[in-house]
Amino acid sequence: MPYDPGPDVVEVVRAPKGGPVRGTYRAFGETLRGMKTVMARWAEGTHTYQYPEEKTPVYPRFRGRHKLHRFEDSGLEKCVGCSLCAAACPADCIRVVAAENTPENRVSAGERYAAVYEINLSRCIFCGYCEVACPFDAITMGHDYELSDYNRSDLIFTKEMLLAEPLERTPLRSMGE
Amino acid sequence: MIVFAEVGYYEPWWIQLLKALVIFAVVFQLVPVVLLAERKLLGRFQHRYGPNRVGPYGALQPMADIGKLLFKQQFRPAGSIGWMFALAPAISMFTAVAALALVPFSDTVDIFGTQVGLYGIDPSIGVLYAFAFGGLAFYGLVLGGWASGGKYAFLGSMRAAAQLISYEIAQGLALVGVVMMAGTLSLTEIVHYQEDNLWMVVPQFVGFVIFLVAGFAETNRPPFDLPEADAELVQGYITEYGGGRFAAYFAAEYLEIIVVSALTTTLFLGGWNIPFVDPPTWVDPIVVLVKTLLLVFFFIWVRATLPRLRYDQLMALGWKVFLPVATLNALVTAILVVAI
Repeated sequence: MPYDPGPDVVEVVRAPKGGPVRGTYRAFGETLRGMKTVMARWAEGTHTYQYPEEKTPVYPRFRGRHKLHRFEDSGLEKCVGCSLCAAACPADCIRVVAAENTPENRVSAGERYAAVYEINLSRCIFCGYCEVACPFDAITMGHDYELSDYNRSDLIFTKEMLLAEPLERTPLRSMGE
Repeated sequence: MIVFAEVGYYEPWWIQLLKALVIFAVVFQLVPVVLLAERKLLGRFQHRYGPNRVGPYGALQPMADIGKLLFKQQFRPAGSIGWMFALAPAISMFTAVAALALVPFSDTVDIFGTQVGLYGIDPSIGVLYAFAFGGLAFYGLVLGGWASGGKYAFLGSMRAAAQLISYEIAQGLALVGVVMMAGTLSLTEIVHYQEDNLWMVVPQFVGFVIFLVAGFAETNRPPFDLPEADAELVQGYITEYGGGRFAAYFAAEYLEIIVVSALTTTLFLGGWNIPFVDPPTWVDPIVVLVKTLLLVFFFIWVRATLPRLRYDQLMALGWKVFLPVATLNALVTAILVVAI
């Protein structure tokens, strides 16, 4: 009894459908149509960004490299060293060491400030939970995505680096785009 | 001495040598140009720019590629057969260049009182010579894959053998019509025939299509690039090659594209003729080169369009479609040539 493969068998196409003459005509015609399509792609022009010179614009909610913020009027840091971001971080990449503000050395607006604030960006998964956890909007996710470096230790960003304005801004996609 | 073929040697030896050098130099310069053009055009066909970083408009990209390849280590797998492994790319290169000698760029011209034919050689067996070297060309592929001693390389070379032989036959038969109409095998004579008559592409359209498609198969270009089929066989017969030897294979492939395009130009597209215009002789080589490059563009265009055939489809197309149609074409041409 011959083996019956059942309804699962996939029929192999061995020639264009429709017999030799119609099949040849169709194969030839479809080939020409395909070539026309390809040529039309050339006429459309390119859809690429010339990356290092021309960066892909990101959306306003894009979660890139973190930024720490200061109050614009007084220049004090918004971060009060509460470590809620470190607690929320699923990758455990944020390290906060808090210290008391004194009248001589007033760093933040609250009672305490972050003496050490480090984010290990080689660990960070850019989930944005730190931003959500922060009660003072002191940390937000920025738009920078060019975060490669030659050393792992260079990817541990300190408070000064996170507070500084980024040198190059990533272009932001406008609302209509 | 038995003369097997009239080779048209009536020039002093130093002119022969000079011609060989000039033709080789000019056409070899086309290889990087075609290389770059292919990558740029493929880019444009896919909404990309293609290489545009090295030099102005990426013009130095082939130089960078060749430089990189030449400075790479010559690697040879432990299971390979040394001398064959080294010989195979040389065979590929040699056959591609040898077929180049045949392409007529113009008729015999008078340069400072010396009669010089603007072609490498013009043997009376012209077309056969081309096929002889086309047939030898696949030794480069088969030996390369076989001597590598790898499974994928071996599979690639087996495919190359079967594919090239089956398409060689269809290609040869497609040319029989042209040869019968022109009544000669010499390529310059075939071009001369097209001066007075319609270009061969019109009366021999079927032959033209078969010759061109078989040309894709002969040069291992997509959609017939089964010997290297990078999705299935890694790189087929060139899997184990790297560095300078890979560069030789690569250059040979592009040289063969140019040679097949130039032969198609000569045999079907009227060689150095332009209809209704009779330009001065010095324009002729430029006309041939322009027609050749247009065909090369067609090669690239087809590569960007068509997906690779499955292996049984390739064989079925070669043996069940092209061979009968080419035979029929030769038969009908023979009847018409005798009847008219």
